Amino acid sequence: MSNVLLDARRIGKSFGGVQALRDVSLTIRRGEIYGLIGPNGAGKTTFFNVLTGLYSADAGEVMFDEARLNIGAPHEVTRQGIARTFQNIRLFANMSALENVMVGRHLRSRTGVIGAVLRNKATRIEEADIADRAHRLLQYVNVDARANDLARHLSYGDQRRLEIARALATEPKLLALDEPAAGMNATETAALRELVESIRDDGVTVLLIEHDVKLVMGLCNRVAVLDYGEKIAEDVPELVQRDPKVVEAYLGGALA
Amino acid sequence: MNPATCGRRDPRVAFAGTLLLAVALALAPFAVGAGAGIAWVRVIDFALLYIMLALGLNIVVGFAGLLDLGYIAFYAVGAYLYALLSSPHLAGAFPSLAPGLHWPVWAVLPLGALVAGGFGVILGAPTLRLRGDYLAIVTLGFGEIIRIFLNNLNRPVNLTNGPQGITQIDPIDIGGVSLGSTLEVFGIAVPSVYLYYYLFLAATLLVIFVSIRLEDSRIGRAWVAIREDEIAAKACGINTRNVKLLAFAMGASFGGVAGGLFAGFQQFVSPESFTLLESIMVLCMVVLGGMGHIPGVIFGGVLLTLLPEALRYGAGPVQTALFGKVLIPPESLRMLLFGLALILVMLYRPAGLWPSAIRRREFAGAGRSVEGDRE
Repeated sequence: MSNVLLDARRIGKSFGGVQALRDVSLTIRRGEIYGLIGPNGAGKTTFFNVLTGLYSADAGEVMFDEARLNIGAPHEVTRQGIARTFQNIRLFANMSALENVMVGRHLRSRTGVIGAVLRNKATRIEEADIADRAHRLLQYVNVDARANDLARHLSYGDQRRLEIARALATEPKLLALDEPAAGMNATETAALRELVESIRDDGVTVLLIEHDVKLVMGLCNRVAVLDYGEKIAEDVPELVQRDPKVVEAYLGGALA
Repeated sequence: MNPATCGRRDPRVAFAGTLLLAVALALAPFAVGAGAGIAWVRVIDFALLYIMLALGLNIVVGFAGLLDLGYIAFYAVGAYLYALLSSPHLAGAFPSLAPGLHWPVWAVLPLGALVAGGFGVILGAPTLRLRGDYLAIVTLGFGEIIRIFLNNLNRPVNLTNGPQGITQIDPIDIGGVSLGSTLEVFGIAVPSVYLYYYLFLAATLLVIFVSIRLEDSRIGRAWVAIREDEIAAKACGINTRNVKLLAFAMGASFGGVAGGLFAGFQQFVSPESFTLLESIMVLCMVVLGGMGHIPGVIFGGVLLTLLPEALRYGAGPVQTALFGKVLIPPESLRMLLFGLALILVMLYRPAGLWPSAIRRREFAGAGRSVEGDRE
């Protein structure tokens, strides 16, 4: 089995006249936490949306888990093993926390209309399994105390973690987190950091887009930096931090 | 405290309640017939048909959140299918079919569900990318197209008999017992309307059962997920195209069954029964009763069938008693009060008259205090 989980090759995407991504290539290895950072508008979220099938790429291809990733439709990408969260949380607001995670099992279960109506043995077993796994995932992200509350009534930090649990329910090989620490206080960020590390330790590779440079540098095994739609650096955090191009992108040319 | 979990009842109480309800439902036509006249049993028959329609539309609008203003088209498809397959009508256009088709009901009703479901997919497929008001406009157009087709398909081949509609439809026949005439059971005369009541009741219970099972399943969760956030649903691996088409097909099939029952009951169908106003009526049942909440939708169906009838019979005499003459004709008063009731409900109970506990909290959370049961 190859060490490389995801290999994005020369991804390009433009909106009208704006080139949001230009020839972006990056490689994510199995079992690492990979950070994607960059100033506002650098194209991080665009890259994310291309990768997860919400946008179609104009150029390039993605190899995932030794096969060409079919990035035509989001549910196909999820089936192939990439799950994501959103920058501005997108939970099913009027479903309970538990139901949110249960929806994440949709892909890995098969009950159809007839099974649902007859509720035969296979269906009952599957439903019990879905509920059981959902409960365990809620425990994993420490939201189990609020399993029966509506998602919209959870605290901000709980909502973020619930979204991660829902993504994990799809059994991803790669978990892509879009600014998970945005708007979190120091305590919540620390808890998130622990959670992301334990997810990695449980064998799920993590792709992290983050604004919080300190968090990324402390947490990630490797980091790529995007600026104006181009990758300007990719390495371990210590080296990326000292890269003159990165310093220039973040602090402006005058200081470099 | 979550009201759903603290409301667990004693199983003996639940059993007694179910038994009582069953007896009440079984005796209802006799009680109503004796007390208020046979016309009211007929009204109840229609209430049952509307409950089936409302539950079908509830799958599309209430669960999946897809606004459908042309739902009555599926009722029409079911009704006309029954009419064509169980009447002498087709013999007119195709003499080889004389004396017309007279298919048995157990074949026509499932076929009606299937064909209506197919029409649901036909409506759903081109509208997959639409939501909200845009979807409403397209579905409204679809409903009208079906009605206009029915109105004009009497030329060049007389399929639907145009505005005159199809007559001489066979009454529903179950195991050799025709529901179209009075039946003698142990010396008790059971009129035709009562017999249809029992058939419609059975069909309604089946539709309720299927609705409940679907709601609490992988499919039902996927529908609600799409209603809540379509992009997140996709990211969770839900094939939103298929799941939405399934919602359209399931909802439409309920309408198709109700349509077939309607045609057998009336023994006459015409395009007039399938106007936009009927679609709106069914939508009102869903919205007023409590979108997405099965008991609420049933309640909405009963209420909106019975109230207009009560007004029809009651408004005249009440006005005569109060003012000595009829000031406003009952027919105008009916629409007037109906509109007023709609406005009042939307102002004071925006989640519907009997919303699910979850939906009640959702609206309460939106800045309107409906109930003080926040946990």
